[in-house]
Amino acid sequence: MNGPVLEISGLNVDYGLGDAAVRAVRDIDLTLNRGEILGLAGESGSGKSTLAYAITRLLPPPGVITGGHVRYRPAEGGPADRNGDALKAGTGGAGVDILELGPEQLRAFRWQEISLVFQGAMNSLNPVHSVRSQLTDVLVAHRPEMSRAARNERAAELLSLVGIPADRLGSYPHQLSGGMRQRVMIAMALALEPEIVLLDEPTTALDVVMQRQILRQLVRLREELGFSVVFITHDISLLLEFSDRIAIMYGGRIVEQAAAKDIYRDARHPYSHGLLHSFPALHGPRRELTGIPGSPPDLKGMPTGCAFHPRCPKAIAPCSERVPALAPAGPGNRTVACWLHTEHRSGDS
Amino acid sequence: MSPSAADPPAAGAEVVLEARAITKHFRVRRSLRVLAGGQRPVVHAVDDVSLRLRRGTVTAIVGESGSGKSTIARLLAQLYPTTSGELLLDGKTTRAKGGRAFRAYCRNVQMIFQDPFGSLNPVHTVRYHLTRALRIHGRGGRNQEELEQALTELLGRVHLTPAGRYLDVFPHELSGGQRQRVAIARAMAADPRVLLADEPVSMLDVSIRLGILNLLRDLKERLQLAILYITHDIASARYFADETMVMYAGRLVEGGASETVTQRPAHPYTQLLIASAPDPDRIAEGVAVTAAPPADPDAALPAALTGGVGDAHAVAEHEAAVVAEAEADSASPGEPPSLIDPPPGCRFHPRCPKAMERCRSELPPRFAIGDDQWAACWLYDGNPLAPEPDAEPARTGPARTGPEADAEPAAGTTGARAASTTSTGGEGTA
Repeated sequence: MNGPVLEISGLNVDYGLGDAAVRAVRDIDLTLNRGEILGLAGESGSGKSTLAYAITRLLPPPGVITGGHVRYRPAEGGPADRNGDALKAGTGGAGVDILELGPEQLRAFRWQEISLVFQGAMNSLNPVHSVRSQLTDVLVAHRPEMSRAARNERAAELLSLVGIPADRLGSYPHQLSGGMRQRVMIAMALALEPEIVLLDEPTTALDVVMQRQILRQLVRLREELGFSVVFITHDISLLLEFSDRIAIMYGGRIVEQAAAKDIYRDARHPYSHGLLHSFPALHGPRRELTGIPGSPPDLKGMPTGCAFHPRCPKAIAPCSERVPALAPAGPGNRTVACWLHTEHRSGDS
Repeated sequence: MSPSAADPPAAGAEVVLEARAITKHFRVRRSLRVLAGGQRPVVHAVDDVSLRLRRGTVTAIVGESGSGKSTIARLLAQLYPTTSGELLLDGKTTRAKGGRAFRAYCRNVQMIFQDPFGSLNPVHTVRYHLTRALRIHGRGGRNQEELEQALTELLGRVHLTPAGRYLDVFPHELSGGQRQRVAIARAMAADPRVLLADEPVSMLDVSIRLGILNLLRDLKERLQLAILYITHDIASARYFADETMVMYAGRLVEGGASETVTQRPAHPYTQLLIASAPDPDRIAEGVAVTAAPPADPDAALPAALTGGVGDAHAVAEHEAAVVAEAEADSASPGEPPSLIDPPPGCRFHPRCPKAMERCRSELPPRFAIGDDQWAACWLYDGNPLAPEPDAEPARTGPARTGPEADAEPAAGTTGARAASTTSTGGEGTA
């Protein structure tokens, strides 16, 4: 089950071209291991959703991927081997670079290998089509050999997978509650048994009780079906509970990446630390909390050096001049981009 | 400034604004079918809500979306007329329909809205917004100098200094947090005694939410404001509010001192809410969901009840069990009822794991639990079984005794529990 399934290296995404470009995502290096839940945390404007769209190459213009690689390594005997013929071309041991796929290959790749549950998924269903037709639509496109009966059967199976009785297949989205609509979206994401599921703020529109039910279900399904998850949210307390590893983004860069437990116990980057102390606890002693002073940076006028330095309580001399690189910090394969934790190496700025 | 666990909800403080059994029903558009049936359906948005806002006290209302909590804020601001019930300002009944009476009422009761991107006019500067509020409430001063001074003071109150930098900018030039501060300054321009804050931080970035809450608390303490804090995040209610009330499907189901309500929730809905809130401490206690997702929810129960290895550990496991229980017992888990046709009796009974026959037909009144807590739940009817002042949180269901009583860890004061949570949190048993 182990080993990387997705390797992102040096990924850069701009909005716009030339000098007017806003650099939304910069020099991202990130690895998703097989069967893992990777949490991606950050505030609005930190580039976390942009990253998700770049991985799937769904970036709407003026978003442009200006550099880097996103290497996908399908499992031996996995779905890619089974019917992803279009992908075979580049598939050696090295996997395939998603950024180099042609339109046809991309079409076969999306949903088959990586599926996405969108932000505000509650409104992502088409109101004038029944759940059945929306669930079978993807099967029609990707599994043309399936018969209508087989497709219906699969749709019913998918619904029961997420805990909705199969007789709701004929329902329209407005007849379902918010939580059920969200489950339908998850069922749809699992329709082709993808290797990777990207969740972009999947539960923000739901209340906490429903949120927990859906996430537990997802965790259970991951155990049954063995897919990997990239879970994007601003709610780090949720990630701490549900993900294995967490990458924290700020100003378009990853500032820290470590196992969830390590982040919780000992966050190295001052921003991670501040973020953790922005959530009042439900149990334990009541403490005076301060959040983080200042405001998140504007991508149009990023501070020089480390983007966090104007808000950082521990800023030192090099912080305002050079960008710290993501470097190994301590055991457990954790990395942090902060001058406090790096030897003064040559940072690019 | 510092929150202490022992803070009582300032029961002695003077009541500024009181609501007595206020109810709001919204009429549903009539369709042909309804005309034929002869009745007019209504949405029971708020039913029989009574609450008191005291000087220098923050009162929180916690509830999920659609529970009617924002409607309460709007009723208290008299933006909507009530269907029935009374509003009392300083003990006198008020009904401000509009005009002079409404403006006088506004001077005392101001509101802060959820969305600072929508509540400021994008074509006007901060100066315009604040000047207008000051003038309307007659606090603009006699000349330009006095006005300028009032503006500076107002921005100083919300920590936007130097004022010169913020007065002549447009809302789009400000960050979300700064915008919300301007909205607060605008509310303060009337020099109100009551501030109704409808989810004031939920649209803001997580790292700046606490800054706004701390600002509101600071204002409360300096100006002795009565604040109503409406939120869906019970953890922030615990942090910020002195008193917390929990709302479900248009009714208040539990209330009391924030610390008591969050640490010893009495109503099954509050218990479910607290068990469902994300709590990072859980991973430190080794009950991460990744480690133990109970595929069969019933299996989790005995495990939790025979637990008691570590206090905090058991609590967390029990919380998982509360959720699992609710999922298992309820036909439609996590579905709040329709408010057009709410269930008879207790509105939570279709989802309640402890529902009794009585819950389905009779509406539970408020039952006092201890000195500083009440719950509208039949479990506490004339209750010898009500949770003792020092009982464990989330396991106060008298309906279920037996194995539970045996598993009850001996330790029990909130303080002791809190201490053990921290220590486990530090070491991590996973």
